[in-house]
Amino acid sequence: MTSQTQEHAPATPAAHRAVLRVDGLSVEYAGEVRACVDVSFTLRRGEILGVAGESGSGKSTLITALTRLQRPPAVTTAGRILYHGRDGGPPVDLVTLDDKALRDLRWTSLSIVLQSAMDALNPVLRLGAQFADALRAHDRRMSKKEAWQRAAELLAMVGISADRVRGYPHQLSGGMRQRAAIALALACRPDLVVMDEPTTAVDVVMQRQILSQVLRLRDELGFAVVFVTHDLSLLLEVADRIAIMYAGRIVEIGTARALYTGPKHPYTQGLRDSFPPLHAPLRPLSGIPGSPPDLRRPPPGCAFHPRCPERFDGCDRILPELVPAAGHEVACLLYPAGGDR
Amino acid sequence: MKVRAGSAIIAFFALVAIFGGWFSETVLGLDPRANDIQAIAQPPSGEHLLGTTQFGQDVLAQVIAGASGSMFVGFLAAAIGTALAVLVGVTAGYFGGGVDGVLNFLTNLFLVMPVLPLIFVVAGYLQGTGLWTIALIIGLFGWAGGARTLRAQAMSVAGRDFVRAMRLLGESNRRLVFFEVLPHLTGLIASMFLHALIGAVLAEAGLAFLGISDSAAISWGTMIQAAQQQSAVLRGLWWWFVPPGLCIALIGTAAALVNFGVDEVANPKLRVVRTRRRRIARSEAA
Amino acid sequence: MSEPVLEARDVAKHFPVGRRGVVRAVEDATLALLPGRIVALVGESGSGKTTLARVLARFYPPTSGEVLLHGRAGTGRRGYHSDVQLIFQDPFGSLNPLHRVRYNLERALRLHHRTRDRRELERQVLDLLERVSLSPAGDFVDKFPHELSGGQRQRVVIARALAVRPKVLLGDEPISMLDVSIRLDMLNLLARLRDEDGLALLYITHDIASARYLCDDIVVMYAGRMIEGGPKEDVIARPRHPYTKLLIESSPDPGRGEDDRAALFDGADELGEPPSLVNPPAGCRFHPRCPFAMPECEQSPPPRTDLGGGHWAHCWLHQKGRAGDLASTTHAAAPALRAAGPADAPGAADDCGDGKEEGP
Repeated sequence: MTSQTQEHAPATPAAHRAVLRVDGLSVEYAGEVRACVDVSFTLRRGEILGVAGESGSGKSTLITALTRLQRPPAVTTAGRILYHGRDGGPPVDLVTLDDKALRDLRWTSLSIVLQSAMDALNPVLRLGAQFADALRAHDRRMSKKEAWQRAAELLAMVGISADRVRGYPHQLSGGMRQRAAIALALACRPDLVVMDEPTTAVDVVMQRQILSQVLRLRDELGFAVVFVTHDLSLLLEVADRIAIMYAGRIVEIGTARALYTGPKHPYTQGLRDSFPPLHAPLRPLSGIPGSPPDLRRPPPGCAFHPRCPERFDGCDRILPELVPAAGHEVACLLYPAGGDR
Repeated sequence: MKVRAGSAIIAFFALVAIFGGWFSETVLGLDPRANDIQAIAQPPSGEHLLGTTQFGQDVLAQVIAGASGSMFVGFLAAAIGTALAVLVGVTAGYFGGGVDGVLNFLTNLFLVMPVLPLIFVVAGYLQGTGLWTIALIIGLFGWAGGARTLRAQAMSVAGRDFVRAMRLLGESNRRLVFFEVLPHLTGLIASMFLHALIGAVLAEAGLAFLGISDSAAISWGTMIQAAQQQSAVLRGLWWWFVPPGLCIALIGTAAALVNFGVDEVANPKLRVVRTRRRRIARSEAA
Repeated sequence: MSEPVLEARDVAKHFPVGRRGVVRAVEDATLALLPGRIVALVGESGSGKTTLARVLARFYPPTSGEVLLHGRAGTGRRGYHSDVQLIFQDPFGSLNPLHRVRYNLERALRLHHRTRDRRELERQVLDLLERVSLSPAGDFVDKFPHELSGGQRQRVVIARALAVRPKVLLGDEPISMLDVSIRLDMLNLLARLRDEDGLALLYITHDIASARYLCDDIVVMYAGRMIEGGPKEDVIARPRHPYTKLLIESSPDPGRGEDDRAALFDGADELGEPPSLVNPPAGCRFHPRCPFAMPECEQSPPPRTDLGGGHWAHCWLHQKGRAGDLASTTHAAAPALRAAGPADAPGAADDCGDGKEEGP
């Protein structure tokens, strides 16, 4: 069923324009919980792909699988994660890559910013030293002086004044440290940055500053972003395309605009309507009844059917596939394969 | 698991302490105090399974009787010490502020006090030290460490939102302590009690060996002390001091096992690992 | 208009830090809660909103100023809490994991209504659960907290507060730890309690969109001070304090047009950060970040300006007849404006530290 996603994607001479192709990825915990099931998507160069979901949706599992940061008992049980390098050579599969090759790829091609990245900076090392370490680890020809110079440039890039290079992380506010973490992730010019709730721990004004910087830097440097968060209203503003996850599966994927103006999946509709508007006229909203499923005992058929306002006979038996529907893809029996509604 | 093994050892000796006297009297037909002048300092034999002492007393019967003496001291001292630790520690941790200041000072005082010399002084002052007195002394001087642990735990529980919420509801302090805070500390208190019990048994043995005990009472400590006085080691009367020594060593092992358990309950770091594991299991799902 | 149930008058709360330092968490807070109305207290972390809520819940006394219940100060603890209850942020932390749902509700009923009859108690417990939409109530009454989802737990917490039959409910970010899809139902529940029981509600949040959805009036706090307040649509559509405007412009709103969004994002790199409350800026606490700062702003705190219709703000712009400046620009565009403008406010980037020393 996953290959279907690919088949319906526009025929792909533009494959080299993709930086990441995830194909049928499944992750299980100790063989009991299927936290990620058959996830497929393509990430184009310079694109920001938002992944939205609630707790238990599998979005965090997806992140750790993409970056190979997962630890037992999590195991990738199926699928491929094909990374296309800048050089246009054959893609590498991150799932099967050995540790050495993976290390070479990290930072230079693929980096990650976590929600708690601000706490990941070493408190006893000067900021510049941490940057210099990372830079010189990947480019041994770089001198210490050059590395510190570059560190100052990188910090300036995220609006941290150059004199802070000699400072320690605790001298920066939380928001500033998060920016420093983003600068560090960008230090080796990666093609792809994976961000897991990068602004959840900071206030809205700082969030706006950080996102504004990410957007500007993306335009300047051309990296692609996988941006994971529970805050769909935020994604609708910053992402180019958005994937909605529920119970470990992508239930809908499309451009931010299409998802906002015409969400197809009842879950997407409910999720969108869970964020009251800031300016548009108010109307009574109701969120989604019930609560997210327990992944140890996922409901049969469509996992959303117990909460779905539009369920009908069959939803509790048939697992819907991700099929194209009016410009995006949706996995819901309301939109049968082939029949474009 | 380790705690369970430790507890099993304690439980075994507790049973011996309770039913041992009856067992040795009716089943084995032995009296720990009876002097058999026909058999003085005899090695183990069919008649005296663990041999006899210099005074012709049966070592097996003595070890069994000693268990009840040692365990009596252990239980009593642990009960006193734990009660004091709960009283001081939980009160200090729950109320905080000035109350905490005073009680914490007291706790620290007892922690740094040179306990052993003090016990000598007190024991010397109270002439005729029966097992009761020994237990009382050990309990009175041994509560401070537990109080400190409990204070920290009580403080952390008392600061949780559910305690605040119930206070907002109008619950009295007494009720908050007994129904909201203490139930969260029962595991810790239980393992602390076990630990204190073992500590008291060892302490009693140590004190008896140093001569602070009631020579008329039978405990493992007084047995070893008697053997020591009669130069049992030099004379090769190993069956006299090895059995009580082995019992004490077993109790010590139990102490070590229980210690790990206490650590896990009391040491937030180890506990974090556990809860984190649980949380991961939950969020994995995420 | 009816009388306020709960009022804060010029409340300040300071916390000592270190040897001589003082955190000025809240200053000059004045607030009135009316029956049947919801006031939203909006601010970022460190704005003092939670501290104010806790002063109102009598977790600690105010450093100065007074809290009046039904116009009177000095109500006893039991009496005060039978009228004022607080909903905590974390539904996992505010229920004792060792007690069943029933225990929590029964305690509240016994303490405040001396209900002793078992059948009567049972009936009231089930009633409360039904009122917070935990039905069938019989399925929930004997559950332990860990058997409930976050949303269900928060409903139990609300039911427990309602068991007291309070006049005032203080909600300290009651939905921020819940799953997105169930937050609105919680807000709808609170709105229903306002309508049906005439409760006075204080809704504390950092999320201005949810405040707009739920409340009647909005009060905005910044760095320990209330800076603007009024009917929600007035405040959100026409913010009259530069910080309120910044907050609104920074909040995500998918309904924004593409052009608006571009205008808000481009150049929004440097908006600054709130000051330390140990040594807050003199005058208006927002002035180091404010693109409209004038000399007055650094010297004395701006007085309250009444703008009509219950809308008020603490900003010198209104005293100096420059209110129009605010409406005509965005914060994203402001750095350019400031570079061109006459005001010599220090750069925002220098003020982000919290009074800590620069690196060597």
